[in-house]
Amino acid sequence: MPFDLAFIWAGLIAFAVLVYVILDGFDLGLGILFPFARSEKDRDMMMNSVAPVWDGNETWLVLGGGGLFAVFPLAYAVIMPALYMPITLMLLALVFRGVSFEYRWRTTRWKGLWDMAFFGGSTVAAFCQGVALGALVQGIEVTGRAYSGGWFDWLTPFSVLTGFAVVVGYALLGATWLVLKTEGDLQVQMRRYAWWLGAGTLGLIGIVSLITPFLDPIYYERWFNLPGSLITMAVPVVMLVLIWSFFTSLNDGKDLQPFLSALGFFIVSFVGIGISFYPMMVPPSLTIWQVAAPYKSLAFALVGAAILIPIILAYTAYAYWVFRGKMDPAEGYH
Amino acid sequence: MLDGFSAETLARVQFAFTVSFHIIFPAFSIGLASYLAVLNGLWIKTRDETYLTLFTYWKKIFAVAFGMGVVSGIVMSYQFGTNWSVFSDKAGPVVGPLMAYEVMSAFFLEAGFLGIMLFGRERVGEKLHMFATAMVAFGTLMSATWILSVNSWMQTPAGFSIAENGQFVPEDWWAIVFNPSFPYRLVHMVLAAFLTTALVVGAVGGLHLLRDRANKEARRMFSMAMWMALIVTPIQIFAGHEHGLNTLEHQPVKIMAMEGHYESHPEGWAPLYLFGIPNDAEQRLDYAIGIPGLGNIIFEKPLDKAVMGLDTIPDEDQPPVFIVFWSFRVMVGLGMLMLGLGAWSAWARWRGHLFDAPWLHRASILMGPTGFVAVLAGWITTEVGRQPFTVYGFLRTSDSLAPVEAPAVAASLIAFIIVYFFVFGAGTYYILRMMNKRPSTPKLGLQDGPIRTAGITPAPQVNPDFIPGE
Ligand code: HDD
Ligand code: HEM
Ligand code: HEM
Repeated sequence: MPFDLAFIWAGLIAFAVLVYVILDGFDLGLGILFPFARSEKDRDMMMNSVAPVWDGNETWLVLGGGGLFAVFPLAYAVIMPALYMPITLMLLALVFRGVSFEYRWRTTRWKGLWDMAFFGGSTVAAFCQGVALGALVQGIEVTGRAYSGGWFDWLTPFSVLTGFAVVVGYALLGATWLVLKTEGDLQVQMRRYAWWLGAGTLGLIGIVSLITPFLDPIYYERWFNLPGSLITMAVPVVMLVLIWSFFTSLNDGKDLQPFLSALGFFIVSFVGIGISFYPMMVPPSLTIWQVAAPYKSLAFALVGAAILIPIILAYTAYAYWVFRGKMDPAEGYH
Repeated sequence: MLDGFSAETLARVQFAFTVSFHIIFPAFSIGLASYLAVLNGLWIKTRDETYLTLFTYWKKIFAVAFGMGVVSGIVMSYQFGTNWSVFSDKAGPVVGPLMAYEVMSAFFLEAGFLGIMLFGRERVGEKLHMFATAMVAFGTLMSATWILSVNSWMQTPAGFSIAENGQFVPEDWWAIVFNPSFPYRLVHMVLAAFLTTALVVGAVGGLHLLRDRANKEARRMFSMAMWMALIVTPIQIFAGHEHGLNTLEHQPVKIMAMEGHYESHPEGWAPLYLFGIPNDAEQRLDYAIGIPGLGNIIFEKPLDKAVMGLDTIPDEDQPPVFIVFWSFRVMVGLGMLMLGLGAWSAWARWRGHLFDAPWLHRASILMGPTGFVAVLAGWITTEVGRQPFTVYGFLRTSDSLAPVEAPAVAASLIAFIIVYFFVFGAGTYYILRMMNKRPSTPKLGLQDGPIRTAGITPAPQVNPDFIPGE
């Protein structure tokens, strides 16, 4: 094998998941904050701030899942049955949330119902994603080439904790996105929320990071033994810088920097998880290379990814550029 | 509620249920996306406001249908893993990359340009807006191409070997993508989507013509739809016939089931059964009505050439004949009715009263939903006819199942049924309500108006958005 394609692909899938978290995070977060909006007009604006891009954001989830299927089929085949309940619930939640973008403009009598569907769908989807992450970090029971646990193994205090952490964290992204996209009362309100949500997110990230090293001796070793810990120490240091940047820019009334700093929290946490995981794909037993598809599959898919992903990033950026700037309350096509 | 069913049965029902809902939306959005691109192109070229009005009207309907297609599709792509994980592990190296290409070359394209198509005409200008509209249409066609390649490979697998660990290993990607049934299936399905859309557009046009035969938009769309029905239906029937001959070559058992041929005809003169009740237990077609010899003729075989039947196939390798036999007849029957509608419209057009033919308009309304029914019937023929295999001849459905427990599948199946009927039921209702309004209505939603009794106020004339009962 001239290149370690499995390794490259693990990086690409991680990238797709990270892009998903960054893009759909604020999109779902908006939905979590939906009931707190003070007026109908505010709700319309919140939703319209993502209406042109939400579908593209969610497509990264399809790429994450589809990519796993394509290049790490064994991982896909083990993880999905293990997370049967949270995944199914997440899918159903995404159904409610996705359709409400259109439905709530098509009725007056049921508008409130679809507002609730948007809130409920976003919150449940975020929670399930957090639970899935927690369950994966805890480890999945495998025998031969198949999942061998029960259908409730995913449910533990730790996975519930990570579920809450993701809900609060996405709400933070949503709030800072709205600080960026809106003006007036809504912005003031969201700036206040962002402060509290930021504190909550950081607290929860802290608790999860303290527990994780004790779930599996490998994680512990990764974080607390030299020389590895020299590198891993960089993670908390960068985090401190981001925290400083987040709170000062929020208090100084900046619009963009709080959002970017909050995204930074997620990126750094993601890197942290990556450090714990590597080289596992399905902890504690399957490595990247054990679950990889044959070389020909990896190579064929990589050709497409190398050409298409840069193009996708380009026109996604263009779509965001077209809809840049503060929201105009009067706009919309409905 | 669902005790006593095995996890396998439940997983099959769940797959069939969710994919059947899903396919309804693509069948409409593939055709409608292309129709929108045509309308927008004609508007830019002719500057005839009628096209712009039609574009805006169908765009709003498209957005709702597309949304439903997206959310039901995301469910599909995860279901391979949750319910059919052994299939995913084994066939993943072959079908996985094709589906990854679908995501990268189609889903992102549709999703990325959809926002600009819906919201962006003022922001990006006519030219780029046209480009975005065309990209959405192109994306839906790319999506159909890749997913049909996947499905066709499962029907007529090619270009692979089987490794020691049981995985299908790709050997020749060209042979995999362009497997023997793929070109036929692609043509047949894309034409089906165009026809389905044409029938819906025709029904809406017919409805508004019945109310007001001078309505410009209604005339325009009715005329466009009837041209499509006239031209595309014969092509579709020809494509279906060629598809069948190809299936006869690669999946002869499926054709035996479609034709109800339990018995072999070694001397030739095989009948074409028009009616019958397949009886798997006794392996015969009860109450059969057939035309001797026509079986050979549609298979394009000389009359005296042998035609083999299911009696040459072990029972455990046969698909359930009843479903395949009847779903095939439903599809073909509806195809014939569509041909009739196209011919009728051609006659009315030639006589110069296309917009003045209430019975034709009523017929077009009745035919409105038949595209969806034919698409579903076609897919049921294809998929049930492949049983008992997922990868035809190589991997059995019973060996594809995930290690899930029946209660888990049952619970999720019930949840899917409740949620789908509720959510997609509401969406269908909103779509029908939009279709019920005149194309020139400025806003199709929201201003539903207070409940008023007809006759007390002249509300309907004053408020074009008025909807009785809401
Ligand atoms: C012949 C066409 C066709 C067929 C057979 C299927 N689909 Fe589909 N699918 C489409 C044509 C399509 C589409 C036209 O591209 C859709 C419909 C509406 C839409 O938004 O895109 C779509 C949407 C769609 C999406 C959402 C894409 C997004 O986020 O924008 C996913 C994940 C899937 N599909 C996955 C599947 C799977 C796993 C299938 C097989 C079981 C499947 N589709 C059958
Ligand atoms: C979109 C239109 C489709 C429809 C309406 C459809 C319909 C069905 C139906 C009715 C079954 C159940 C058959 C039975 O249990 O007897 C089934 C099974 C299945 N189909 Fe499809 N199908 C479609 C597309 C696809 C595609 C595109 C794929 C592959 C990517 C696919 C893969 C499967 C698989 C894996 C099963 C497994 C379960 C089984 O064999 O019972 N189907 N489908
Ligand atoms: C009237 C003449 C028609 C004939 C002879 C015909 C023939 C066929 C055959 C033989 C198949 C099964 C192929 C296989 O599984 O290997 C099929 C499938 C299908 N048909 Fe038709 N068909 C006709 C009309 C229609 C019409 C009018 C529509 C829809 C508007 C339609 C939609 C479909 C679909 C969606 C499938 C499943 C996908 C596929 O395998 O291509 N068909 N058809």
